[in-house]
Amino acid sequence: MYSLHHVLDRRNPLWSGVAHLLQKAPPVYRAFTAVERLSKQRLFGCRMCGQCALPMTAYACPMTCPKQLRNGPCGGVSPDGSCEVYPGMRCVWLMAYERADAEGHVADMRRLQRPIDQRKWGQSSWVNYWLGEDEALWTAEDELTDLDHEPMLLSTRTTGRTTGSHST
Amino acid sequence: VNENGRVNPSPIKYADSHLQAVLQRGRFAITAEIGPPRGANVGPVRRKAKLLRDWIDAANVTDNQSAVVRMASWAGCMVLKQEGVEPVMQLQCRDRNRIALQSDLLGAAALEIPNVLLLTGDHPRFGDHPDAKAVFDMDSIQLIWTARTMREQRKLLSGRDLKPAPDFFIGAVENPFAPPLKWRAERLGKKIAAGARFCQTQFIYDVKIFAEWMRKVRDLGLDQRCYVLAGVGPIKSLRALEHMRLEVPGMYVPDDVVRRLRGVPGDRVAAEGLKLCSEIIAEIKTIPGVAGVHVMAFSWEDAIPEILEGAGLPRRTPSLVGSK
Repeated sequence: MYSLHHVLDRRNPLWSGVAHLLQKAPPVYRAFTAVERLSKQRLFGCRMCGQCALPMTAYACPMTCPKQLRNGPCGGVSPDGSCEVYPGMRCVWLMAYERADAEGHVADMRRLQRPIDQRKWGQSSWVNYWLGEDEALWTAEDELTDLDHEPMLLSTRTTGRTTGSHST
Repeated sequence: VNENGRVNPSPIKYADSHLQAVLQRGRFAITAEIGPPRGANVGPVRRKAKLLRDWIDAANVTDNQSAVVRMASWAGCMVLKQEGVEPVMQLQCRDRNRIALQSDLLGAAALEIPNVLLLTGDHPRFGDHPDAKAVFDMDSIQLIWTARTMREQRKLLSGRDLKPAPDFFIGAVENPFAPPLKWRAERLGKKIAAGARFCQTQFIYDVKIFAEWMRKVRDLGLDQRCYVLAGVGPIKSLRALEHMRLEVPGMYVPDDVVRRLRGVPGDRVAAEGLKLCSEIIAEIKTIPGVAGVHVMAFSWEDAIPEILEGAGLPRRTPSLVGSK
C-alpha cells in the first residue's frame, strides 16, 4: 500500500492534471468517484469522507471507528482489543498501530490530525489529494520536534482551511 | 524549577488557576470528581462542595458522564465557585459540534472557570439515550488543540479573531490500561503537543501497569511538560465491582483486586474498598513524575475525606481554596 501511494504521489504533475480534468467533467468525476468508492469500500471499509487519512494510519480506515477518531484509539478499548461500542469488532486503531509497528511507521501516528471538513463527504479523496486540498490534514513531520513551538491548528503553512473556501 | 527540583511543565500562568499554582509549587495536588444531579437542583453539588472543600485543590464537574443526562457541567462549576471550590469544567465531543464546543469554551473562560478537561466522551450507546445522535465532529486531541488555538492564536477555527481571547489551564485524560499499552504514553504526548498541560488518568487498580506507563511518560520527557494526576476511586460493593469490570468501557480491574474484595464478608466490602483505594494512593505517590491524585467516587463523594486521610493526605490547612 505504501508503494502504491508512492506511485500515486500528488507531486507527480500527471495526477494533478488528471484531477483538474475530472473536475471539469462532472459525469466522468462521478464515474471515477464510484470506482474509488467500490474499491476502497472493499479494501478498507471506506466511508467516503473525501479526505483520506489512510497513508498515516497504516491503511486502517479511522472513519470505521464508531467515534470516527482521527488521532488514535479512545480510552475504551477492551483489554482483549475489541471496540467498546461494538464488542465483536476489533478496534481499528489497534489494527492501525499493530500494522504501523510492523512496517516501521509508528511515527506517522504521532502527527496531529486536524478536524475534517464535513462538506467533503461523498467526494473523491483521490481528486482532493491530487488537487493539494489534503495538504493541511495533518502536521508535517518536523512540526512536532520543536518543543518550544508547538504546532498550531491554524497552521501558517496551510491555505484554504482557515477560510474554509474550497474549490470543489 | 520548583521547590522539589523539578522542571516546571508550564511556566506560564494560566487563567489564575489555583490548581496550576499548587502543581507549580510542586505540592502533591488533589482533585476530586463531582457528578451533577439528574434534576434542576444545585443542592447536591453545593453539599458535596462543602464536604470536600478543605480536602482538595479543585473539583471536576463531569459532562453527561457515561452518556447519561445530568445538569450541565458549567452550571455545576458556578456552584462550586460560590462554595469556594475551584472548578475543572469537563467538556466532551459526543454532544457538540465545533461551533458549540468553542462557544462553551468561551462561556467557561468568561465565567472565570479557570480549568477545562477536554475529552472525546463515551458513546451514547451506553447511556440513557442510546437513540441519540453521536456528534464526534472533533476528537479530544482536536478539541484540546482548538482550545490552545483560541488562547494563543486568539482565533476561532474559522480564523475569526477573538476579543478578548479566552484563557484556561487545559487538561486531558489518558487510559494507561487500554490497548495498545505500548502506545498510550505516546498518545498523551499527542495531547501535550496539542496543548494539554495536566492529565488525569483512568481509574488505577493495577499499580504495576500504571508504573510501567509512567516510566514511558518519563522516558518521553512528558512529565516535564504536563502534570500527571493519577486517577483512583473506591469500589463500594461486589455489585459495583462487577459493573466496573464488565460494563464500564476502558476499565481494568486485575484478579488480585477481585479476589481481595470477594474474600471479605459482604458487610466489609465497602470498608475494604476504601482501604484499597487509600493503599493505591499511597503507593502511587512514590512513583516519580506523579504530580497528584484525582479521586473519582461516583455517588460516594462522602467517602473521599476518609480515603485521603487513610492515604496520609490530611485536611488542607489553612483552606487553600476559598480564594474566591
